[in-house]
Parts: sequence; structure tokens; C-alpha cells
Amino acid sequence: MPKVRQALETVPSRRAFLGGVAATTGALLIGFNLGGPRQARAAGGPDLTGGRPQPNAFVRIAADDSVTVMIKHLDMGQGNTTGLATILADELDADWATVRTAFAPADAALYNNLLMGPVQGTGGSTAIANSWLQLRRAGAAARAMLVASAAERWTVPAGEITVSNGTVRHAASNRQARFGELAEAAAAQPVPQEPTLKQPGQWTLIGTKVPRLDSTAKTDGSATYAMDIRRPGQVTAVVLHAPRFGGVVAAVNSKAARAMPGVLDVVTIPTGVAVIAKDTWSAMKGREVLEVTWDDSGAETRSSDAILAEYRERLKSPGLVASRRGDAGGAIAGAAKVLEAEFTFPYLAHAALEPLNATIERAPDGTYDVFAGCQIQTIEQAVVAATLGVTTDKVRLHTQWAGGSFGRRATPGADYFAETAAIVKATGGKAPVHLVWTREDDMAGGYYRPMVVHKLRAGLDAAGAVVGWEHRMIGKSIMIGSPFEAMLVKDGIDSTSIEGASDTPYALPAYRFEVHNAREGVPVLWWRSVGHTHTAQAMEVFVDELAHAAGADPVAYRLGMLKSAPRLSGVLSLAAEKAGWAARSPGKADGGKGHGFGVAAHESFGSYVAMVAEVTTEGAKVKVNRIVAAVDVGIAVNPDIIRAQVEGAVGFALSSVLRNRITLKDGVVQERNFDTYEPTRMSEMPVVEVHIMPSTAAPTGIGEPGVPVIAPAISNAVFAATGRRLRSLPLDLDGLKGV
Amino acid sequence: MVKLTVNGVAHSIEADPETPLLWVLRDHLDKTGTKYGCGIAQCGACTVHLDGQPVRACQTRIGDIGEAKVTTIEGVSGRVADAVRTAWRGLDVVQCGYCQSGQMMSAIGLLSDKAKPTDAEIDGAMDGNVCRCGTYQRIRAAIHEAARSLA
Repeated sequence: MPKVRQALETVPSRRAFLGGVAATTGALLIGFNLGGPRQARAAGGPDLTGGRPQPNAFVRIAADDSVTVMIKHLDMGQGNTTGLATILADELDADWATVRTAFAPADAALYNNLLMGPVQGTGGSTAIANSWLQLRRAGAAARAMLVASAAERWTVPAGEITVSNGTVRHAASNRQARFGELAEAAAAQPVPQEPTLKQPGQWTLIGTKVPRLDSTAKTDGSATYAMDIRRPGQVTAVVLHAPRFGGVVAAVNSKAARAMPGVLDVVTIPTGVAVIAKDTWSAMKGREVLEVTWDDSGAETRSSDAILAEYRERLKSPGLVASRRGDAGGAIAGAAKVLEAEFTFPYLAHAALEPLNATIERAPDGTYDVFAGCQIQTIEQAVVAATLGVTTDKVRLHTQWAGGSFGRRATPGADYFAETAAIVKATGGKAPVHLVWTREDDMAGGYYRPMVVHKLRAGLDAAGAVVGWEHRMIGKSIMIGSPFEAMLVKDGIDSTSIEGASDTPYALPAYRFEVHNAREGVPVLWWRSVGHTHTAQAMEVFVDELAHAAGADPVAYRLGMLKSAPRLSGVLSLAAEKAGWAARSPGKADGGKGHGFGVAAHESFGSYVAMVAEVTTEGAKVKVNRIVAAVDVGIAVNPDIIRAQVEGAVGFALSSVLRNRITLKDGVVQERNFDTYEPTRMSEMPVVEVHIMPSTAAPTGIGEPGVPVIAPAISNAVFAATGRRLRSLPLDLDGLKGV
Repeated sequence: MVKLTVNGVAHSIEADPETPLLWVLRDHLDKTGTKYGCGIAQCGACTVHLDGQPVRACQTRIGDIGEAKVTTIEGVSGRVADAVRTAWRGLDVVQCGYCQSGQMMSAIGLLSDKAKPTDAEIDGAMDGNVCRCGTYQRIRAAIHEAARSLA
């Protein structure tokens, strides 16, 4: 680790840094794995104990008995703050009423994500999974140190001391002490190297409905998001970005902008032209009259339709082989029945409700404080430092509550951090700069879920069993060209492009998964559940088609191919049972009309989710009435937050199923606000029931895994209701007219 | 100079009367509980009360407010507000929480008008408030819960 830090600190410029990261990724990101726990385990696995227990890094006990748990991750709504604090507090036997949290500073040596190697960051639904043993060991070690200090004070054997609810007791001598009374002496105790962890039956918080720690501050206006940072003397900057990706500033006329009330400065930076004002409204008004000429000679000027047409053309040729078994083509050629399907997926914006923003303040000693929804702290710190020409130890990160992210706050180049730093640099650091992206900036600013096309062929034998499966896809790789390329791209294949397809748990006797990497100039990024956002739709809708072609029940057909995938078949059976699948009323595909049930099951990030959707349709109108979900996330640290994440995943993803798409016309993004990219609204929200599979396996995540199955469950329900097979997203609802 | 009463306190604001109330609350008065989400009245994150009625602060010019009293999430109080807060907390409605000030201001407005709203009335009052985290099921449940507690 010191080597890594030293390497980052000696980088002279941002450009060199980014190039340097790309060149030295192998050293920087050993073990980095966005794919989550399952893949990590398959690869031999990182040390999830975190090594030597570090109670001092993760818990502070104050004289007033308060227990502060340090949160190394970003909480963008997924509730990990509460879950992480729960894990530590349980092993500590803390009084939950005294538990507080604080976001940890950037320190990859102490706070790296154990599933991302030496990088502090949040993603891949890993927060609970990577912290599980680390925080239990930290809590248990701190508890042992409290006990040891009490044993010394009372001169009694440590083994006779008990701890519960924030109080340390020695029953025989009828003595007790609160944590706060022992904290100072406990801190001087040696840290036990192998603290004894509780057995599952001893947990008092884990597995219970611990109330969210952020509910109060988020219901009285006091929770501070990056957008709410107010530093003394702070100015606000908005940036006019190039209308096309890759465009650069050719000429600026800032006269009118500078004349606007409240505007303080106009500066050109690598990503555009920044208008700096005393407040947000003045900056926005100043930008309206800013005149910039753009050089589009290196810009992406095509329309998304043209890019899509190119994708389809390229799909006619073989791609890189991601996985294969047997002779899929030969098996299909000899099949009794052959099915083919094409699935297209648009670019998607994350559209977190808090637009991107960050504040950077220069301290008198030349160090910098960064206030933001920091999601990959190690990279953000390094990028800010490199941009400002200082070493990383001169940059302090202050992570704030984030108003959603869905992946967008984490970019491999820390884009909006770099932009803020560039403005600070251009203005000499004379005032703290709050960079605010408007909704339009946020939506038109790129880093979308890639546009993707899948083409599938499968052959069935006379009994309806799959004999061969050919699957070819194209999309722009998220990882190629990023600092993560060396770890996540092998032989040109980005594992996040085809995760959830090429590693399907379905027993396919012969298969061939191929990938084409597209290379357009539109920046792409992970979007809540990454590759699974499209692979689950392609897999789960196509399997549904095969089931119908085979004349089989869609649940039974899947279970027949999941005999070696007990956890996935387990949630599928549970969802079907709870939804009353066997007794469901018939849809049109089964002879009914305008009402249907659909099912989907998918594993992502080591978690297993199945859903049954019930829809009614009337012409082009689709109403999703009810979703019954079953999830297996291993030990459920906080069942209520797990349910909330799955409920929320439905609300989040539904609009991407029904209507959301980002399109480009001659390189210009067309959808720029919620009027043309409309999120799910209250009246559309189905009833969501979530059932949690009991488990003794180590916990995995649930921030993302609820998302992938929503689209295919709904698509399959629409088929059941109408007899029309809608494959592409968003669903072509107009295609249902007259059905 | 525009005079405004926010959460019971009178202020003289040095800003163009055309300035949206949202930015005066956030940047002049540091009332940051009211959020910016879209700027075009499509998301409801900036919902505040003018004389008790929910409005979108991003579309409300301070020059048009006159004598009306502005109430934000920081200052909203009373029986209905308490019931809404209690229900929101009891059901752990929030996820990222960024929209929830606006959601609660809309919900308080609804429950002040209709003691026992139906699901259709909740849809009507709340459809302008976007929650990207998708907490709608719990918002609906919390409004019903608050209504029950007020009955």
C-alpha cells in the first residue's frame, strides 16, 4: 500500500495520472473486482477479515457513552450506514440508542473495500459483504478491550465479565461500568488479534429490524448532502459543456455573462467554460448569456439510431468468444424447433435526484478539503490532487449523504471532482468553489448505461429441452480504457458487458456467448446492476419464450434447468409459491385477456432474486399491479432495509421498462430533464411484496440485485396478458395497440 | 429588496424579484432542506408551503409571494406535520432522502385538506413528487398511517 500511495503522490499532472493509472493498473488495483463476492470467491478470494482487527479505525467510544461507527462507504440511500453500524454494534454489545455514525476520511490503507483490493470505494453491492468480518472483528476486539480494562480496574478475571447494552458487568462483585467510563483505559489495552466472534444465536441486532439511523435527519431537513454544503465565502460554479461528447472550446465571448448581476468570473477549463457567481441562480443566469464556439472536429456527431444500425451490422459477424461449450451451432442445426430473438437496449441516464455537485476549498496552508458524495474515494482524492498539483495527503475528502447515485457518482476518472478542481485551480483557490450541475447538465452529461443489442438463437429437441444456445451481443465496454481494464477485461472481453449471460446457471448442453465491443464517443458507465440490466432481460425473456415453445410452465421449465443452482431455484420456487403462481388466473397466452403473470429469476453480485409480476393491459397501457419478490442475500443483516431496497428497485427500474431512453440526434442528447425522461411516479407504483430466504451464508448485497429481474418479469407478464412478445426496452407499448 | 416571511421570521432579501424562491431559500437563507431536483416543476423536491398550500419553490418568484407566509421542512409544525414525521420515521420511508422534504410537504398539504385520503387522492396529490429510490409504497403507507393517527 505505501508503494501505491507513493506512486500516486509523485504523479505530476492529471493527464499523466490517468495515463499512469492505466499503465500501472495491475499494481494499483490488484484484486479489484466489481463483480462482487461470487466472482471473488471463485478466483480464490480476497482476505475478507481485513487482516489485523482495527477497532480504532472503525469505532470511537466517547466519555458520554456514545459509540461512533466509522462508515468507509458512501450511503446513497441503500441504508448501508445502518447495516454497517449494526454489524459492529452487535459484536460490541453496544446500547443501540448511543450508536452514531461518521463517514470515514479517504484512507485506502484503513478503509479500502476488501473486494476492490487497495481501493476505497462503494459499488458492486459489496458494502455489507466486504465489511462483514472486518466490522465484526473490530467490534469484538473493542469489546474485549473494554472487558480487559474492566478486569484490570476491578481486579477480577476477564472471563467473569459480561457485556450487554453498553454496560460492562461483574455479577459476583456487583460492579458495572458504562462504556464511556472505560473507554480511555480500554484504548490502552492491546488489540486482540483473534477476537472471539458471536455465534449467530447470540446476535441481538443482526437480523432484526433496527431502525434506520438516517430517518430523523432526512425528515427534518437537517441531513447535509453535498448540495447543501455552505462554506464561508463560497462561490457557485456552473459549467457550459460541449453540446457533443468530445467537443472542445474554440472561442469564448464572456462579456454578457460577466455583466450579469452576481457573476464573479468566467474561466475556461478542460471540460468547458465555468461561470462563477455568488449564488446558484446568478451562475445559471450568467451561463444563459455565455457565448461559446465549439470545435466538434473530435466529437461524436452521430445519432443514436445510426449507432444502433452500426451495431446491428456488426452483429452479423462473429464476436469475441466469452464462453462456450460443445457445438452450439451444430446442435441448433439439428434441433426440432429453433427460436431467434433480438433485444435492444437504449442508453440510460442514472438521474439521481441530487444532481452531481462538489465543493473544494483551499486551506491557508495549501491543502484542500473536498465535500461531495464521494464514491471511489481513492481515485477521487488522487484525481483532485493531481489536478491541483499536490500530493494526495494534501487532499481531505469529506463524504456527505448522497441523494442517490445508481452508479453515476463513481466514475473511473472522477469526472466532476476533476472539473471542480480545475475551477479551483483556474481561480487560484481564492474562494471555496461549489460546482453545481443542473438537471440538464446531469442528464445530458453522458456516462450512460451503454446501448446494447443482443441476438439469440436456441434449438429445442422434440420434448422441448434446450439442445443449443447461441448468443451474440454488442455494446460499448465500460471498463476498456478505464483504470480497471487490466483487472476486468481479459482478451478484449469486459466481464461486466456479459455478466449474467455468459456465466448463466441454466444447464445448457451446448452454448456459445460472443461479444462485440462498440467504440462510439458516448461515455458509458455502470448503472445499478451494470451488465445485468440487459443480460437478465435477454436471458429471462428468451427462456420464457422457450418454455412457451416447449408447452411447459415457465417456472417448472426454469427449475428443470436449475438443478445445480439451488439458491436461484430456491428463490424462484419461493416467489412462485408466495405469488400463487400455480393458481394464477389465465392470461391471454393461456386463453385469458388483458391480465397476466410473468416470472423471472437472476443472480447478480452473489445475491439471488426472483420476481412474479402481475399486470393488466388495455391497448398501449400497461399497469403493473403487483410484484412478489423472493431474495437470498445470505444472512439478512437488516431485513427491513433489504425489503426497502427491493421495493425501491421496482420503483427505480419501472420507468426504464416503460419509457426511459436517452437518444442522440447528430450527437446531441435529446432528453434533458424529467419531462422527457420521466421517472416512475406514485400512481404507477405496484404493490411490492418481498420474501427473504432464511440463510446461514455470509451476507451479500441488495443495492443492485433487485433490479435485473424487474424488466423480464414484467415483459413476460405482458406476454401472458396480450400474447405479444415485447423484448426490447423500453417496452414498445405502441405495439400493443389493438391487441 | 423583497420582504419574505419564512417559518415565521421576516426577512428582507436583496435579490431580483424574478428570482425563484428555491434559490433564495437555499442560497440567501441557508434553508437547505428544500431541494433542487429539476428546476422545471417536474420533480417536487422543492415543495414548500405558501399559506399552508404546497407549491413548487423553483417556479415561485419571490416578487409574487407578497404577504403569503412561506413554510419549509425546517419550520413546518403542528398536528399534521408531527403525524407525518412520526409515520415517515416509524415506517423508515427514506432511502437517499433527497426528495423526502418535498414528499412530506406535499403529504402534509394533502392531509391538511383531506383527513382520510383514498389511494386515488394520494396519487393525485403525490404524483408530482418524484422519488428516484422508489419509496412510493412506504410513502403511501405512511400517509395512511398518519391519517389513522390523526383520526
